[in-house]
Amino acid sequence: MSAVPALAQSFDFRPEVGVEVRLFPDDPQFDDQFDTAQGSLVLTGEGRWRSRDRDTRILFEPLVRIDSRDAERTYFDIREASISREINRDWDVLVGVSQVFWGVAESRNVVDMINQFDTVEDVDEGEKLGQPMIRLSRRGDIGTLEAYYLPFFRERLFPGRDGRLRTEPTTSNDVARYERGGDEWAGDFALRYTNRFGGFDLGLHGFYGTSRNPRLDFNPATGELEPFYPELSQGGVDIQWTSEAWLLKGEAVVGNMLGETLVSAVGGFEYTFFDVSGSGWDVGVIGEYLYDDRDQSLLPNTLFENDVFLGTRITLNDIQDTEFLAGAIIDDQTGGVFASAEFQRRIGDNMLLEIEARFFAAEDDPFIAALEADDNLLIRLTRYF
Amino acid sequence: MSFFKSTCAVIALVTLTAPAIAETPEERGFAIAERNDLSDAGFATSTVELTMTLADPSGRTTTRELRIDTREKEGEGNGDRSVTVFYSPRDVEGTALLTHSRVLESDDQWLYLPALRRTKRISSSNKSGPFVGSEFAFEDIAGAELGKYAYTYLETVSEEIAGETLELDKLECIPAYERSGYSKIHCYFDTDVFQARKFVFFDRGGQELKTLELADYRQYDEAYWRAHRQTMTNHITGKSTVLAFEDYAFGVDLDERDFEPEALERL
Repeated sequence: MSAVPALAQSFDFRPEVGVEVRLFPDDPQFDDQFDTAQGSLVLTGEGRWRSRDRDTRILFEPLVRIDSRDAERTYFDIREASISREINRDWDVLVGVSQVFWGVAESRNVVDMINQFDTVEDVDEGEKLGQPMIRLSRRGDIGTLEAYYLPFFRERLFPGRDGRLRTEPTTSNDVARYERGGDEWAGDFALRYTNRFGGFDLGLHGFYGTSRNPRLDFNPATGELEPFYPELSQGGVDIQWTSEAWLLKGEAVVGNMLGETLVSAVGGFEYTFFDVSGSGWDVGVIGEYLYDDRDQSLLPNTLFENDVFLGTRITLNDIQDTEFLAGAIIDDQTGGVFASAEFQRRIGDNMLLEIEARFFAAEDDPFIAALEADDNLLIRLTRYF
Repeated sequence: MSFFKSTCAVIALVTLTAPAIAETPEERGFAIAERNDLSDAGFATSTVELTMTLADPSGRTTTRELRIDTREKEGEGNGDRSVTVFYSPRDVEGTALLTHSRVLESDDQWLYLPALRRTKRISSSNKSGPFVGSEFAFEDIAGAELGKYAYTYLETVSEEIAGETLELDKLECIPAYERSGYSKIHCYFDTDVFQARKFVFFDRGGQELKTLELADYRQYDEAYWRAHRQTMTNHITGKSTVLAFEDYAFGVDLDERDFEPEALERL
């Protein structure tokens, strides 16, 4: 075999330092919440090593956030600390803390359920906590099959009493209760199958374990909400059809929790106008519908029951990789709105500027009501070393 | 005896040149492109690292480092398969693009976004748009499979490219696929080792838009030629993009599984 190029096998840890400020123009809605501005320092980085034959790989990615206003938002996480090895070409085993993405949709991925969402980092289910796992994959002519064993459960983090974007009353961290024996050590199991057929990309999964999404129960003794994580059995499918500039997408899960059956689904399209008028810009238009039939009085809540998502993605394809994303999720029954706009652009070779605006309008939506005064603007500058 | 010999010579000459006489400029153009395509047959797999330097007219530059793994086409109608991985700039490190190119159907492409661990099937309809802010359009970096163009032989010229004087077959190549940004391309192949040396791209209005020069050709395994310096110059904006390649490695241990979407998150 020929030698593998040098860059591929170099071992290094490359730090990243992010400075961010989050501005809240409205007065806080609840007692003790901070006013106006929140600063944060985010220290992270990526360590990477790959063997000369490319078969073995180590990834390491720690994260520290130091928040100026909310002690619960100052935390440390291992986003990734894994070793993976390819065995006999078709087999692949991964051991350690890792992150997994499942799904095809843009507004929300109902099938994406290996990792706990990092909800103090972001409210949009875009950031995840590292999940300890053993994953065995078999790649074959009829697709890829992955088996997961997840020995330890990661609790969702909730903002503290000082923090914005929180529940009222506050949700207590570290008092979580579990339906399953063994609590966070009960262990979860998942199977995932993926394949592609012409223009179709298909994923199927089954899961047995603890729901990532807790029910929040009020404890009169403390006056706080306390997370309760029920047992969950779930099967799901995600499929995308790609044809020219059209992407058609669908995801659905059927689950069983606390004796109740629930269905969550999202489906829609993405269409891209490429190189608009020879400008090099790509303009994508996204439309999706979100559905969830759960009994919100018994089960962990969701913001997304019967919602329409409309969004756009504008990519400038310039040297700085400038990108603009905007979207709104509108509940067609309550009129509640969660809207977001994001901009990012590289500055020089080693800095990234990100600006994110979030907007909430509750109307008759009880789940958005707690966030209604929390419209915010986030500015983050990240330096890569 | 001498008559017989010369008759033989005449017959031989007629036999040899008869196809050429009957050959149309289209057939001759296709034959030249095919000869170039065949000169590359059998390489199986290759991997190479390169630096992409983007420069604007004022001389400001920015660089990107990337690696391209390629697996040779198998079967009729298929093109090569490739994985392009970015090492820098740092905020896009680990981003990877998998392409299954096809001759007439649209290519299949998947993009891996490392921050999200997400592999996303993307549309390959983008032909004329710029590739990562460079002067290379997506259609310029896609595999130049034979059936993608209609070829017409124009002339054979002698020209200096990157300090080397070469005899070149000049063809007119007209994209046969949809949504190309070009009305035509002038393609120059040398007559010695049959490699592409220059492309001149004309926009949809017929105006000369860009020139790509391929230089520093080196031969591997006494068979495969690779250009180690490719310079794309945009005549309208004055911007340029230079691709500087390290040494290629051929026959690397990459099987078909390494060119499936599931492989991208394991790069």
